Amino acid sequence: MDDNKILEIKDLVVHYITDEGVVEAVNGFNVELNKRETLGLVGETGAGKTTTALSILRLVPNPPGKIISGDIHFNGENLLEVEEERMRQIRGNQISMIFQDPMTSLNPVMTVVEQIAEGIRIHQEVGAKESIERAETMLELVGIPKERANNYPHEFSGGMKQRVIIAIALACNPSLLIADEPTTALDVTIQAQVLELMRDLKKEFSTAMILITHDLGVVAEICDKVAVMYAGEIIEYAAIEDLFEEPKHPYTVGLFGSIPSLDKNVNRLDPIKGLMPEPTDLPSGCKFHPRCPHADPICSKQDPLTTDVGGNHQVRCLIYEGLVEPKEVL
Amino acid sequence: MTEAILKVAGLKKYFDTPKGLLHAVDDINFEINKGETLGLVGESGCGKSTTGRLILRLLKATDGSVSFEGKDIINMGKKDLARMRREMQIIFQDPFSSLNPRLSVSEIIGEPLIIHKIGDQDKISIQKEVSRLMDTVGLSQSLINSYPHELDGGRRQRIGVARALSLNPKFIVADEPVSALDVSIQAQVLNLLQDLQEEFGLTYLFITHDLSVVKHISDTIAVMYLGKLVEKAPSSALFENTMHPYTKALLSAIPIPSLKVKRDKILLKGEIASPINPSPGCRFAPRCPYRMDKCDNIDPELVEIEKDHFVSCFLFDK
Repeated sequence: MDDNKILEIKDLVVHYITDEGVVEAVNGFNVELNKRETLGLVGETGAGKTTTALSILRLVPNPPGKIISGDIHFNGENLLEVEEERMRQIRGNQISMIFQDPMTSLNPVMTVVEQIAEGIRIHQEVGAKESIERAETMLELVGIPKERANNYPHEFSGGMKQRVIIAIALACNPSLLIADEPTTALDVTIQAQVLELMRDLKKEFSTAMILITHDLGVVAEICDKVAVMYAGEIIEYAAIEDLFEEPKHPYTVGLFGSIPSLDKNVNRLDPIKGLMPEPTDLPSGCKFHPRCPHADPICSKQDPLTTDVGGNHQVRCLIYEGLVEPKEVL
Repeated sequence: MTEAILKVAGLKKYFDTPKGLLHAVDDINFEINKGETLGLVGESGCGKSTTGRLILRLLKATDGSVSFEGKDIINMGKKDLARMRREMQIIFQDPFSSLNPRLSVSEIIGEPLIIHKIGDQDKISIQKEVSRLMDTVGLSQSLINSYPHELDGGRRQRIGVARALSLNPKFIVADEPVSALDVSIQAQVLNLLQDLQEEFGLTYLFITHDLSVVKHISDTIAVMYLGKLVEKAPSSALFENTMHPYTKALLSAIPIPSLKVKRDKILLKGEIASPINPSPGCRFAPRCPYRMDKCDNIDPELVEIEKDHFVSCFLFDK
């Protein structure tokens, strides 16, 4: 692994074994991330984004979840093989996570400063007094005045709570930050503030980041690379310039067609037809084929491989393997 | 000449809270023309859902008037109101909590027909009507005996739409009907709402926090901030010639899924103030980059600056 690479995930497979059947949440996920890079992980509900993130931290609830196979190399260590004790040293210290819902991810009976200091004390071998001081510095860094350090979470608004969570996540200066829909629960003007803050802090701390979102607009604001997930697989992976200039996979094209545009007027949106497949009963072959406007009989039989279409722009679709002729779609 | 089907004037709703009077909706005025869509946009807590509920009288207004086809909704008697409800329906935001979990799809969609005694009341006729409604909103007939928990968000929201349509209303309040849905499903439901509007000549009050959705679907847009309308204009005018500082900031804050569009961001300072016992001045003044002295003391009126383009801000005083 070269020095610049911080994270490499290879062939990750995660299943949830439930009474209704096996949910194939992540099926052969491959990704690499360099230091200071931001990767956007995009997809709709049930695409496997959060499960992937939880796998990196080995937090997939087990049972019913199970990491079936794969490697997750972080700074030269295979996280799927290290002892639990080592994992606890990594979590919150070298890799930390921002959860989606700021309303429920803070402890309601602890002051915010104490919640930030807790992680510092556990990981950095500092005393109580210093950990509090550092926690207060973190609070100011995320734009919360020190005077509010001893407030409880319910005394803060949603945007402020998310700032507290960011402070907790960055308190130990992690080299990788995983942010799971960090702004989804926030109003747009507050979202803009939080995104700005995250961008600044990422620069200041030189943190690499995986940003999970369903919002391609947020991706355009903050990411360097983007992986689009569908039914547990990355179906397209590219630098954001490439993906936004020229999306290749029919699903990605469909996603763009579904978003109402602010600068263009269209009479009707051009959505993807149909629904996400049942996760316990994924279609054979290409998992997108029942909804794909270009689908050909072969698509239901053959699982597409990842094809590099140039410039590290990867697509998982039989069209790019030369096996299916794209149809003219209006 | 288009006629206004709904007129809202001086509408107010104050909630009495232990901390004081909460001004949820504070003197708002608008009209919606028949067959058109008014988009009501704003952030959480601005009073947009309360406005929707006041219009349907699901909440009792503190003051002001709402008239639908010339009839006064606010002071209407119970019997008349029940009849009015046939004409005015609502689609709720959360398709997960707005459907009774113990009723099947056909019972949910058929219930309004029974309550309002529409059509033949025998089981077969009602089933037939339910099937027809399911076709209209694109629900497969095989789901007729399913329960809401068996269905995904997009299908549930279609049930909500079918239920609202069952009484053949003229006017529908759609309260964030697509906010809980994934983008690809959101687009399907938006298209459905537009198709239905064309087919049945429906009038919508479309409440949302999402400016791109509202631009797509509305003829006129009204922007709300802390219980007040700050700007109201035809959809295109609002986006091409944005006037109010809050609308500008709101627009600039939307992340756009494109790298080509580069905009100057206006980052607002601070957060929405409390709607409890608001100060006498402009509600937006504490966060406004153009705040003047008088903004703190005098509340600007919503005035027509250009044709059909209303703004409440002293920057546009002539």
